[in-house]
Amino acid sequence: MMTMDRAERMARVGGAITLLALVGVIGVYVRALAFTPVERFQGLAQKIYYVHVPNAWAALLAFVVTGLLSILYLWLKDRRIDLAAAASAEVGMAFAVVMMTTGPIWGKPIWGTWWTWDARLTSTLFLFLLFVGYLVLRGVMTDPGVRGRFCAVIGIMALVLVPFIHMTVYLFRTLHPQPILLKPSAPSLPGAMLVTLLTSIFVFTVLYVGFTTQRYALAVMRELRAEEAANAA
Amino acid sequence: MREYLRYALTIALKDLAIEWRTKTAFASGLAFAILVLAVLFFSRDPTAVASRDIAPGALWVTFTFAAMLGLNRAFFLESEERALDAVLLTGIPRSAIFWGKFLGNLAFVGAIEAVSLPLFVLFYDIVVWPYLPSLVLVIAMATVAFVAIGTILSAMVVRTRYAELMLPLLLLPFLVPPLVGGVQLTARLLDGRPLSDYLGWLRLIGAFDLAFVTLAAVLFGVVLDE
Repeated sequence: MMTMDRAERMARVGGAITLLALVGVIGVYVRALAFTPVERFQGLAQKIYYVHVPNAWAALLAFVVTGLLSILYLWLKDRRIDLAAAASAEVGMAFAVVMMTTGPIWGKPIWGTWWTWDARLTSTLFLFLLFVGYLVLRGVMTDPGVRGRFCAVIGIMALVLVPFIHMTVYLFRTLHPQPILLKPSAPSLPGAMLVTLLTSIFVFTVLYVGFTTQRYALAVMRELRAEEAANAA
Repeated sequence: MREYLRYALTIALKDLAIEWRTKTAFASGLAFAILVLAVLFFSRDPTAVASRDIAPGALWVTFTFAAMLGLNRAFFLESEERALDAVLLTGIPRSAIFWGKFLGNLAFVGAIEAVSLPLFVLFYDIVVWPYLPSLVLVIAMATVAFVAIGTILSAMVVRTRYAELMLPLLLLPFLVPPLVGGVQLTARLLDGRPLSDYLGWLRLIGAFDLAFVTLAAVLFGVVLDE
């Protein structure tokens, strides 16, 4: 474990990164609303795309990081890795909530419905619920060693589950717009829109790093406090 | 290798022998399956939706719930009077314990499915003979996935508070691919279309089985570590 001083310094660094990212988020909003062309068919509703997609990206990134850290934890058995995996999962939940609220707000004017049991929506919902399960599991376990191992197992299994859910998407009849960025051919988005989207994805990635660093530092500080209390008793 | 298989079989037969003596879990699992089938039959407007249209979903929801009930029980047996410690003390390899538990659970869930399938055919007035082998294949493939994931998760949740709540919460997201695949394939089969038209779904469930049976077997040792 690290010292309290280092944990506090880390929390401050995380705070600074978060602040930087928040300024970036404002910049992205301004650019998306004022300096990016309005989409011909969807009109202004398409603007939410610059929030929805980066949040979906950050949520997915968070969950993948949790999965990878879980593998690392089982290998190295370092408690800090477990805490980092948990921090990433918790931050991922926040992004996932934004993703799952902005989606329906876009869906209502464009699809004519808030929610549809489209494959990707459904599978994202299940992925989200899986991480609710992950965090609930953390909550109901007391022994930190066992908790770390069990959560790592869930994290790894979830990592393997994601591609399968994605394949389920392709086999099931789907309404969700097909990928326009990460696909075999070149991105099919006009230049200005693409720049805004990529900037937004970058900014939200930084925001993810800021949040996770802070959350991790807080988890370390809490552990240190608990240790102190245990030693004092 | 033979020794290893013998260990696994011993564990499986031990669980099945306990179940055979009481038959509590089997009887309640079966009664539960019948209840779900019956309740789902009435979960539609009979003038607008034919029972056959909801039949594939009803079948798979029933299997999922019944399997969950059985899997919940799998490790409660071991938590009573710390029976698991005794099993671990025998020195049987952890992975052999997994295979034993997996086989025992597979037999248990398979037995419930084998009895509820004819009831499903009866209740929902389905002509099943022409495609029975294909349907059994699909059920078997999905059940392997259910049981592999359920076995490792039930070994975990039994050591938490609120185990009965935790198992469905953790298990259901993992059942999405085999469950969706099972429903889709069953619906196609009921329409009289051959299974060979839907190799994509079969491949998906097959790959899922392979990935998660392996993963569960590998990670099981981590779960049992003291």
